[in-house]
This record gives sequence, structure tokens and C-alpha cells, in this order.
Amino acid sequence: MNQTIRRLPHARIEADSTVEFFFDGRRYTGKKGDSLASALLANGVGVVGRSFKLHRPRGILGCGTEEPNALVQLESGEYTEPNVRATLIPLYPGLVAKGQNAWPSVRFDLLGAVGLCKRLLPASFYYKTFMWPNWRSWEWLVRRIAGLGTAPQAADAERYVKQNIHADVVVVGAGRSGLEAALEAARDPAKRVLLIDSQEEPGGRLLGSPVPEERSWLANALSEVAQRDNITLLCRTTVNGYYDNNVLAALERRSNHLGPRSGNAFRECFWRVFAGRVILATGAIERPLVFPNNDRPGIMLASAVREYTHRYGLTLAREIVFYTNNDSAWQVALELHRVGVKVDAIIDIRGAVDSALVEGARDAGINHYLGTRVINTKGRSGIRRLKIQRAPADGDPSVQSVESLPCELLAISGGWTPTLHLYSQSGGKLQYRESDACLIPDCNNQNISVVGRAAGEFRGELNLQCQWLTPDVPPENQWVDFQYDVTAADIQLAARENFVSVEHVKRYTTNGMSVDQGKTSNVNGLGILALATDREIPAVGTTRFRPPFHPTTIGAYAGIELGALYKPVHLLPAHKAHLTCGASFDDYGSWQRPVCYPKPGEAEAAAIAREAVAVREAVGLLDYSPLGKLEVVGPDARAFLDRVYINNMVSLKHGAARYGLMLNEAGIVIDDGVVVCLAEDHFLLHTTSGGAAVIHRHLDEWLQCEWTDLQVVVNNCTTQWATMMLSGPKARDVLQQLDCDIDLSRESFGHMQYREGHLLGQRCRILRASFTGEVSFEVSVPARYGQSLWKILMQRGANMGITPFGIEALMLLRTEKGYLHIGADTDGNTMPQDLGWGGAIARKAGDFIGSRSLSLPVGLDADRLQFTGLELLDPKGQTISGAHILSADERTTNGYVTSAVHSPNLNRTVALGIVAGAAQRQGEEVTVFYDGLRQRARLVSPCAYDPEGNALNG
Amino acid sequence: MIRIECPWCGLRSESEFTCGGQSHIVRPENPAEVSDEIWAEYLYQRENPRGLHRERWRHTYGCRQWFNVIRDTVTHEILAVYHMTDSAPEVSGGRE
Ligand SMILES: [Zn+2]
Repeated sequence: MNQTIRRLPHARIEADSTVEFFFDGRRYTGKKGDSLASALLANGVGVVGRSFKLHRPRGILGCGTEEPNALVQLESGEYTEPNVRATLIPLYPGLVAKGQNAWPSVRFDLLGAVGLCKRLLPASFYYKTFMWPNWRSWEWLVRRIAGLGTAPQAADAERYVKQNIHADVVVVGAGRSGLEAALEAARDPAKRVLLIDSQEEPGGRLLGSPVPEERSWLANALSEVAQRDNITLLCRTTVNGYYDNNVLAALERRSNHLGPRSGNAFRECFWRVFAGRVILATGAIERPLVFPNNDRPGIMLASAVREYTHRYGLTLAREIVFYTNNDSAWQVALELHRVGVKVDAIIDIRGAVDSALVEGARDAGINHYLGTRVINTKGRSGIRRLKIQRAPADGDPSVQSVESLPCELLAISGGWTPTLHLYSQSGGKLQYRESDACLIPDCNNQNISVVGRAAGEFRGELNLQCQWLTPDVPPENQWVDFQYDVTAADIQLAARENFVSVEHVKRYTTNGMSVDQGKTSNVNGLGILALATDREIPAVGTTRFRPPFHPTTIGAYAGIELGALYKPVHLLPAHKAHLTCGASFDDYGSWQRPVCYPKPGEAEAAAIAREAVAVREAVGLLDYSPLGKLEVVGPDARAFLDRVYINNMVSLKHGAARYGLMLNEAGIVIDDGVVVCLAEDHFLLHTTSGGAAVIHRHLDEWLQCEWTDLQVVVNNCTTQWATMMLSGPKARDVLQQLDCDIDLSRESFGHMQYREGHLLGQRCRILRASFTGEVSFEVSVPARYGQSLWKILMQRGANMGITPFGIEALMLLRTEKGYLHIGADTDGNTMPQDLGWGGAIARKAGDFIGSRSLSLPVGLDADRLQFTGLELLDPKGQTISGAHILSADERTTNGYVTSAVHSPNLNRTVALGIVAGAAQRQGEEVTVFYDGLRQRARLVSPCAYDPEGNALNG
Repeated sequence: MIRIECPWCGLRSESEFTCGGQSHIVRPENPAEVSDEIWAEYLYQRENPRGLHRERWRHTYGCRQWFNVIRDTVTHEILAVYHMTDSAPEVSGGRE
């Protein structure tokens, strides 16, 4: 059977082409226009996969997205993709695929022995069997035998892109109904119509039609679509998600059909589709019949047989038998006969069938068995024989007759399931139609309509007779979900164990949970559950479909937002100068900032300590540009700020600076910083680094939504100014080296003062505030001069020992001083009274944001976590932020350490924390607990270094 | 995903906006004088209707302006867009 089958003349493939490909290490050839599935069938490859749980050999069942068996691992290395349906891969030269779930290959699978002990692996085997002693002791085994494809280890080498598209009418599916709907909608030239189809070429089921009239109808319709300016056709595009307001997510396969390394910029495109109206023409999927050993290779859906015969021109077998419960399979059998493919027999469970069909079969020389069931199949790697049983004639069971038929291909049809995944995702409800045993659209809130087979319009009656499973024979080997090995017996077991909700049964049995999400198994499972629980199908209910309809490449969700493009990077204006100084960088907020400036061979911790000592003893230079800078302007600016801060802003004088704490309306501290009065109607607010955008939003919301009568504008100027902080006893000396028109002397420019002027001929703003405890000048110049200022200060300060210092040394210095860092030393409950600001609040006369919340019972609780210093009793002791302060009985947490550093200036650990009632407990000893270690510590003032503040006034 | 008609910029994608929750919440005029209960209600009590909801949105990645919308929480349909200082208009439809 390894010879390539000769193709029928009407096939839609290029008959004289040769496309080489490899499956499970063997070389084969197919034709241009083949799918991997059709090419494998053409080469007589019957076994293409192994089932998930029991490793039973499985062949190709379907021809499209419904395929449960033919899952392959496509390509290798950085191009590999697991669980790809062979039915959906267009053949390209050099394609390499591997069968899954088998070792060493799908033909000789050693794990297939598991099938022998199927009775040990019933439904729910994960839940029951592997509970003892616990799941972990079994996990290795289950992972090994139960994996599907292999997840790629290397990063995906392909690139992906995302795009938006808008249309008045979106038609999903370019089969007959979809094409009709699109052309109809496009009659109005003002309407933009988007037609989306998931196959390699548009046409839907018409691609598998042997009828000349249907083929020419398709050709005409496609040329009309091409001529219409207002129709956009997106081929190879699967709509996977349907969301609110007619927003659809679709995945276009741009170069998959060319294989890896195709040279295309993007392999796939993720489309966000915005639709005015949506028309679903998504067709229907044929259902298998459920009978003993219905999972053998060589058993195929009748619709797939039709497609492989007419679209791909394959004569699939010598002995072809049909087994059905409805008329559609008869049509397929007669079409096969018309193109010269021999059909041996049609078996139909119905006792009576439309006489035209019966006569057609008789004329074609096809045997037919009415009122007959298949009760078993035989064959090793594929089906060879069928056992059929005629229903008792006239209700007399003694006249049942059993026969055996040879069969190389069994084409089955158990009816049709309209493809309503998208309809269900959109919020649509489904109703059950008894006559065709299928779910059809009911009602929907969105602007959507469903046409064609998706709406249950089958173009001719099915005359279906329902049979959910084969009665009177054991249910144990009647397969429902081929991929996850779920049988009718498993569903009955779930029902016996009192799982009655369809959602619970799904999860307990795993029916429909495989990668195809039950496209062929859901409705059969529903029918069997209804029988087992003696209910009607509508009473059982259905599971709701969720996106995606078909698995979507993760890379497509990411698009180009990967690596360096993952998120914007903020670089400091003086970034290059920091590189020159040997800075190591890290992300702080959205900024890349110097951590420290290690010398060659110096460890980071040593560098941080060295920098912190240099600031205390000489002078340090820090790039402080990310410090938030908001300007507040307008006649009501002062009144506004007085409501925004807990501090009094009414008395703030021109050129003066004042520390402020900002709360939200619940009284929680959200920011702190220095406020400067630039003019009577103009203020400069400094926010926590990285907090500028959030605080800007906070202020804007109050101005726009609450105090709409205030005339105030807030603008975020953070990135317009580069700010360099000179800090240390020699800071003034360094700055005085530069030509500046501001009097920098101690007498005229004191702590918490602000001056504007010119530095080296350029505008500058200088603030004297301090986050280190040393004399500091925060010098701001327009951002474009940031780098020059850094370089000049480094040059001029060289003889005074100027040392560049990073954010970690700054944090060390402020911890020594006990200066609060919002977000580190506070949490989502911290109120100002927990930070020692109770007195200021009491003195403030007017209302401010959050003021009333401070006197709610929660604000008055004596056990609130309050800011404090912690001094370890062991002078060599160390601790870490996050360590717990234990309650006296050591049963609960009494607070925790929020900042902890080893102070090189004090040569001991300095720690800050928030501890229950700390303000009233100063001097008390507590236990600090971390990682099993207990240490004694004393609650002390947060300020460990220079508590008198002498350095500040130097 | 929905699209929202910003009163300043026109019809834009939801991804440009930030929802600020229920609108028309009245801040007590003299916070110091109201009871804990009234203050807590103002802070935390919010409607959660199945149907029409008056809420405020901000065109964050656009003009940064706040405005009000009336949205049906079942269908996400937006039935009205109006300025922060306007009172809520009467709308038909939805399912209040
Ligand atoms: Zn706007």
C-alpha cells in the first residue's frame, strides 16, 4: 500500500506536480494542492496517531478542524508546533511531521500495551487512581504517557503581527451560503463587506463537490467577489473569538502554507475585527456514529470521504462501506459511484429509506442493509471486517441475523452538528431541534445572523433517526471522544456516580476537553448522558463555548511586542554618561536607572557602601531626573493644594519649599514630596519617582469631576527637566565652581528654599531639600542639558572627591536618616497618624482629601501599624525587609520590617518597620522573625544617623 | 471590546479609556459634620445594576478628559455620553 494512489481526473490538485515530504522519518511524495492528510492517505498511511490515554492506533477521521486523531508535531527546533491537524496543513516542499503520543513511532508504539489494561483506566482515572498517596507520586508517569505534542523548547523563530480592521458586514465562512450572503450585502456599494474563510481556498463544501453545476457556480461567485470593490476577502483566516459589540478575533495564516523560512516578514496576523453586523456561515460538522470499536483506522466521516475523493481525487479503498442514520451519506455514496469509485454497501439503521435513494443504490449496484446496525469491527492496524446485525423483524428477537462483511473503509454519518461556537461565544442561546438531533441558533443580543448549514438549513431533509449509542451491546468500546479515549461507558459511569450537570460530566470524563474541544464528540456525549439520566436533551443543557474556536499560536497574541519592544524603556537624559562612569542599570518604575557604579572587580554591595560613605564624608552626585515634577497653575492653585495635602499650603511663601503628604479619600497615604511656591498662582509639586503619572491623574480627577469650579491646570513636567542631586558636606563647594547667578551661600540659600536663575548661561531651578540627611542641591536644567551638566559637575568636583552614586546608595542613606519611602515603608492601610503626623492634622483648619476618613473607627484603632525604627540588640545582627515582628505570644504578626540595610556609616544594621501601636511603645523590645530565625530588637526613633540634623545646616 | 464616543475626540476604541466607576456620587458638603455611616456610604457603597449604569470614563490615551456615559451592563451598549457637569439625560432602551 505504499505506492501513491492515482488521482481522479476532477481533483483540485496539480496532477503532474511532485511535492516531497517526510512523516515519522520516512520520505513520501504528494501533489501541489494536497493537505498533509490527503497526501498521507494517497501514500496509504493508515495509522497517523495514537490516542491520548490508551495509545490505540488511530487514522484520519475528518478533513478539517474537526479532526480528533491526525495530530502531528510539525517541523522541529525553533519552528516546531505541536498538535497540528494533518487535515489543515497544506503540503509544502520538504515538510517534516511526526506522529504524536507514541514511542518510537505511531506504527510501533510500545505504550500501546496500556490499551490492554483499559479496564484499569476508566473515566476519572486521574481523580481516583492517582490520589494515593498523592498526585505527585504519579505525575511523572502520567506526564510521560499522557502528553500530546511536545511544547517547543526554543523561542519561536517566526514573527507575528496584529492588525485592526473595520467593516459594516462581516461574513464568516465562504462556502455557498457565505458567498451568497456576502454578494447580497455588497449590493449596497456604500457597505464595506469583509468575507473571512479559514480554508486554503474559499468554497467550503463546494470544494468537495463533483457536480459540474456546483463547481461552475463557485467559480462565478468567486469572480464576482473579486470584481466587487467593497468586498475584502481574507483567506486562510480562522475566526477564533467573538466578543461584545461584534468584535471578532481572527488568525490569518500568511506563510504557513509555504513552510518555515519562507522569507515572509510575518507568519501569521492576528486580526481584531470590528463589525457592524456579523453573518455566520460557518457550516456544520458531521457526527460519528457510536458503535463497538468505531475508532479503528479506516473508519472515516462520510463528509471526509467525499472531500478526499472529489477535492483530492483519492480512491481511498477497494471495499468501501457506508454506515448511516440519515440521507446525506447516501448522497455521498451515489456521488462516489458517479465518478467511478466502487461502493460495496450502505448500512442504515433506519428500517425505511426514501425510495429514490434506495433505487439509486440499486441502480449503482450498491448492496444496502436497512434496519441494520454495525455491532463490531475487526482488523489490526486498520478495519478489515464488519459485524452487522439486522433489527428484529416484526419485533421477534429470534429472527435477528448477524452477518460479517469485508470492509477496508467505513464511511460513517451520525447526523450533523451546526458549527455554532462563535454564535455561543457571542452570547447566543441554542435550541435543540428534535428532527435533526442538533442544536440550532435561538436568540442573541448582538447584531448577528446565521445562515446555511450553521442555521440547520441542510438543503434537503436528513430524515435522521437518532441513535446516540448502539444498544444491546457492551458500551465499553463504543468511542465518543476519540482524542481523549472517552467511551459511552465512561459517560454512563459518570451518570451512575451522580454527575448530572453536563459541565461536570465533561470534566469528570474529559469528554470534549481535548484540543478539538469536542467538535465531533460533544453532541453524542450529550445524547448518551440524556439517555443515561432519562432526560430530554434540552433538560440536560449544553456547555457554553469559549474562545478560541481553534488553537491559536501564542506568538500571534504577542505580535511584535517582544524583547526590546515588549514595553517602552525610559532612559535618563544622561544615560550615556552613566555608562561611561561604569553604572550598572536596573528598572525602577519605568526608568532605567543606575543601581551603583562599581569599580572594576568591585561587588555591587561594596560599591553601594563606598558611595554612601562618600556622600557623608565628601560629596556625591545622583541623577535624580525621574523625580516627579507637576506644575499647578491658576488663580485657585493655592486653594486647591491646600485641599490636596494634609499640610498647610496657605502660608507657603514665594521661593519656599514645604514637605507634603497626600491622601486618597479613604485617608490612605498615597504620596509625599516637596511643594514649592514659584509664584502666587504657580506651584511645583515633587512626587515620588515613578509616581508622577498616577498623581497627575489623581489631581486631574478631582479637578474635572469634583471641584469643577476651581480654575487650576495641572501639567506633568517630569521629563522636561533633568535633575542632578549634589549631596554631601562639599556639595556647595562643587556647585560654586560653576558660573551661576544665584547666591548659593549658606546665609541666603537655606534648607527648604528654592531659587531660579542661570547656570552656565542656561535656565536652572535649584531646590534645597534633602533625602540623604546631608546638604543637598537638586539642580534642574532643561532635559537636553542633563548630560552636559552631569559631565561638568563630575569634572569640577573631581578634586573634591565627587563620587557618582546610584539609587541603592540613596535608599541606604535615607534609611539611615529614617526618611519615609512611600510604598516601601507604608502599605495600603497607612494613614498620616501612623507616620507621626497626627498633630499636623489636628492643627489644620480646613477640609482636605481624606480628612474625614481619618476619624472613622478604623483610623482611631490603637493597634494600627505605625512607622518606627528598629534597633537589633545584637550589634552584628542582620535582618531583611519583610521580616515579621511577632506578637508577645508569638502567635500572630504584629507588624513587619519595611526597610533594612547595613549602614557603613554606623557599622550596624539599620531597620525601619511598621508595628502595631509603635508610637506608644518606643523603647519596648520585640522579636523579629525571619526564615526560622528570631532576633530581639528595640523600637526606636526612625532616625539612626545624625538625629540633631547638624549635617543639614552645614 | 466596546467603542466610546469621546465628547472631545470622537469614536475611539475602549482600550484608550479608563473606567472610573459610578458617576454622580455627591461628596458631603461638610465632611467634618457627617456621621461615620454617611461618610462610609459615600466612600464605598456603589450600585451594581443589571441594566443601565451611569459611570464616568477618562480618555486616558487621548485628551485625558473625564466624561459621563450611560451603559447597559448586559449588552455593553452605550446609550448616552455627556459632560461631567451635566445631569444624566433620559434614555430609552436598555433594561433598567
Ligand atoms: Zn478624548
